[in-house]
Amino acid sequence: MNDSDVTAVVDDDEVSERRIRRCSTVWRWALGVGIVLGWELLTRLKIVDPYYFSNPTTIVNTAYVAATQGTLYVDIGYTSAATIVGFLIGITSGALLGLSTWWSHVYGRVSEPYLVTFNAIPKLALAPILIIIFGIGFQSKVALAVALTIVPAALAAYGGVKSVDRDLETLLFSLGASRIQVFAKVVVPWAMPWIVSSLRVNIGLALAGAIVGEFIASRYGIGRMILYAGQIMDINLVWVGVVVLSILALVMYAAVMTAERYLLKGMLHGSQLSTQ
Amino acid sequence: MTGTAAAIGAGKLDVQRVSKIFKRDGRTVRALDPVSLTISEGRLISLIGPSGCGKSTLFNIIAGLLRPTTGDVLADGKSIVARPGYVAYMLQKGLLLPWRTIIENIILAAEVRGVPKRESIARAQPLIQRYGLGGFEQHYPHELSGGMRQRTSLLRTMLYDRDVVLLDEPFGALDAQTRLLMQSWLLQIWSDFRKTILFVTHDIDEAIYLSDEIYVFTARPGRIKAHVQVALPRPRDQEAVTSTSFMDQKRQLLGLLNDEARIAERQDSLL
Repeated sequence: MNDSDVTAVVDDDEVSERRIRRCSTVWRWALGVGIVLGWELLTRLKIVDPYYFSNPTTIVNTAYVAATQGTLYVDIGYTSAATIVGFLIGITSGALLGLSTWWSHVYGRVSEPYLVTFNAIPKLALAPILIIIFGIGFQSKVALAVALTIVPAALAAYGGVKSVDRDLETLLFSLGASRIQVFAKVVVPWAMPWIVSSLRVNIGLALAGAIVGEFIASRYGIGRMILYAGQIMDINLVWVGVVVLSILALVMYAAVMTAERYLLKGMLHGSQLSTQ
Repeated sequence: MTGTAAAIGAGKLDVQRVSKIFKRDGRTVRALDPVSLTISEGRLISLIGPSGCGKSTLFNIIAGLLRPTTGDVLADGKSIVARPGYVAYMLQKGLLLPWRTIIENIILAAEVRGVPKRESIARAQPLIQRYGLGGFEQHYPHELSGGMRQRTSLLRTMLYDRDVVLLDEPFGALDAQTRLLMQSWLLQIWSDFRKTILFVTHDIDEAIYLSDEIYVFTARPGRIKAHVQVALPRPRDQEAVTSTSFMDQKRQLLGLLNDEARIAERQDSLL
């Protein structure tokens, strides 16, 4: 038999991997389109009550009107700004708080139960107080976003600090490094993956904080728009708010993922998290 | 410290009746009974002994990371107790920072001292080439073999530029073949840099092949049981390992160590 007659079957990981990826991409889009079409169809046929559940075309039309004649853009900007500012303040101060526990074991141990307790408090319940303190303006929305994000960030950084490889600290000390050098060259990079892993959760929490702030008292924002639409029974406008918030959350989540990749550049090489 | 610190006499180390007692879980552990060593300049000296005999404790004390319960460590007549940074110390694990590239790891010591990055890279570059790490400067530690990682941390230790270098079982985790290569490599480094090297190992062959002198430690609590001069001429190559004088030396050391290993084993089984 000639060699060329033999059919060789080579298992190519790359090919099968590519096939799986292509297949799942197709199905992802198909499912999304299917949900929207099904929603439209079911409400048109009155199988589902369009008064409560609206439908995609009405939502788009309502959004168009809200954008051209109403204040949709201003509201999106307001909510986004409050979320982002609150998120940045919350994670920065939270991370610093958690990292600071490295400087003293006593201080770290004293603060741990308080961090855990404060984490357990439903911070949204503090909203009325924060609004009394910070007023009904922008600041109270930021304050709520900070209140929701600061403790998870601090706990994440604290967890990172607790897991720092003592031998790496010893190494730096043996080179004659000062405490501040050990902190900067070992503790911060070591805890970075912990801090970064809390960002995805925190961006969602920041958004929730901003919206609740707007619910309670505000002149702008998607949260206020939804509340107002509910009060005048404009359910289509409520749906616009929900859809806009979903898109906002997705965009912010994607932005955080990009930031993660940038922040962790080089930091996961063979280190703790990559093996998990 | 002034620039004259590297003058004649530097690299001499006097360990005077240093001991260490820990208290752990309510029990008192004598890690190290009073130990005295005089390390003269430019020598390569090994410490061997059963595991847990306090060799690493002694190193931590000499490195200034641990305070001895009694005794003193003098370098050129001055006490260096609890003063880290006087000697270069390579810890047992290679300990490279995983988020730093090889070159960034090598210049870590210089960076801690505040030497500008470009300057220390320029200084390290020829050594990186000479010691077989060329082309890997921008790689991360996990991308390198165990031997290369150890070479990186050894090079970092050498570039710390102290007169005395402590190496705590640097080749312990390597396979036999790599180990042999690393030993020759260490001899090359030693003759290049002309430092005083203190070397902890479990391996008798390694100790004889590398050192001028060998201190044999007892099982816990660690004490010096014997101080042996190695008679092999230098420069040495792998052939030396098969010579009769090597064998004699090995027989002598094996005899000294066997009793201690047995005691150490009994201690472990009692724990």
